Amino acid sequence: MKRDLLSAGELSRDEAVLILDTAEELAGLTERPIKKLPTLRGRTVVNLFFEDSTRTRISFEAAAKRLSADVLNFSAKGSSVSKGESLKDTALTLEAMGADGVVIRHSASGAPHRLATWVRGSVINAGDGAHEHPTQALLDAFTMRRHLGRLEGLRVTIVGDVLHSRVARSNVLLLSTLAAETTLVAPPTLLPVAVETWPCAVSYDLDSVLPKTDVVMMLRVQAERMNASYFPTVREYSRRYRLDAARMAQLPDDAIVMHPGPMNRGVEIAAEVADSARSTIVEQVANGVTVRMAVLYLLLGGAKA
Amino acid sequence: MTAASRPVASEGRDAPATSARTILDAADIRRALTRIAHEILERTKGGHDVVVLGIPTRGVNLAQRLAARLTEVEDRPIPVGSLDVTMYRDDLRLRPARALGRTEVPREGIDGRVVVLVDDVLFSGRTVRAALDALGDLGRPRAVQLAVLIDRGHRDLPIRADYVGKNIPTSLREVVKVLVTEVDGRDAVLLGQAGADPRHTHRISSDESEEGA
Repeated sequence: MKRDLLSAGELSRDEAVLILDTAEELAGLTERPIKKLPTLRGRTVVNLFFEDSTRTRISFEAAAKRLSADVLNFSAKGSSVSKGESLKDTALTLEAMGADGVVIRHSASGAPHRLATWVRGSVINAGDGAHEHPTQALLDAFTMRRHLGRLEGLRVTIVGDVLHSRVARSNVLLLSTLAAETTLVAPPTLLPVAVETWPCAVSYDLDSVLPKTDVVMMLRVQAERMNASYFPTVREYSRRYRLDAARMAQLPDDAIVMHPGPMNRGVEIAAEVADSARSTIVEQVANGVTVRMAVLYLLLGGAKA
Repeated sequence: MTAASRPVASEGRDAPATSARTILDAADIRRALTRIAHEILERTKGGHDVVVLGIPTRGVNLAQRLAARLTEVEDRPIPVGSLDVTMYRDDLRLRPARALGRTEVPREGIDGRVVVLVDDVLFSGRTVRAALDALGDLGRPRAVQLAVLIDRGHRDLPIRADYVGKNIPTSLREVVKVLVTEVDGRDAVLLGQAGADPRHTHRISSDESEEGA
């Protein structure tokens, strides 16, 4: 393993499979009476969150605590950052406190890469701007593999606001490494420039793609985009891109429905779909803790690289 | 196997050295396991409440064979599973993080039962120490016993086996390698020469060629 996890795109196939296999062995822990392993005892993991994120932060916190690491939570609100401290000075502070691992969420793309050059501990990207969110892609791949038994040749359709989504980018990169076939579906205004250079197909028509899909992943339509003229009205977006019961019926029988959360029920996904037996949305949360444990173990558990 | 000798990376590898000689063949291993099975039944007065747990990788294969013999002799199913101890090892920080093995506790659980741990080689005792810690997080057995195919000596910790297939006095420069059909294609125990004390080799580098001791 490398020292840091900054991007899903930089993982080799062997590394990605090692993370998924490690997570598979750790998955049994949740059914045991003592949901804890001594492996990272005495190591310190800092959660450095410059953006609001409850689920990712507590997921990392739970993962680190199950491995017996000490967890320090640092959120930008009410911290020295709101007093104008730079990222570098914050990094040096963490360094002085002896952080063995730093989990960073930042609104600026590339912030984790910069941080990794300043601290000696392992840096894990927990989402940087519209760039990457590698542990989300790993937990999604883990969920797909558990349900469908494989990743090679799996047809994955990612629907929604790809332009602002770090989840979509990380998924496309990781799934390409793992030999799945990804199709992005979105209105042209919500696709990034140069999307044709990504290792995936692109479509504007959800209905034509669904019958050839094993996994459909719905992305959140971020409320702040709704009034920014990326699409005429929420109703029009929903009519063309919402996954409702009628569209779900077009999927093959064993296909699954995923969503990274938080959901806007009724906008990108209908409530009856989100609550259906095909939905893995709640399971994705549980798998998130398991996959993050695997990442923390592989980065911090052995000798320092 | 021991702290120095149980890397998943050693799976499927050939014999450690060209000079390795066979000290147990398939028939010897079969007889040793049969004898251990009878000793377990004798010591536990019929094997009631016995759960057999193998330590990955080859301990699991041996545990399954042992459980099959116990089942055969007693004519009722003896539960068998596996116990991965990687996360409990004391040498994790000495080498890059390694892949995990599988832990599978039989449906009956281990609370109040007699757990027989099974490993292929007993060396430093550190693996067994880790296994005892791992067991403590899974439940509370009434008793824990240890069965090994080979005891090669050189203990670092006050641990001994209850059932031993064969005691083999070794020097620290020697490498003991257990091969099982399920993993290696044949059953045998080989004794070869390593370049240096494998325990020390591992502490200095992660030279995989020394593994499998």
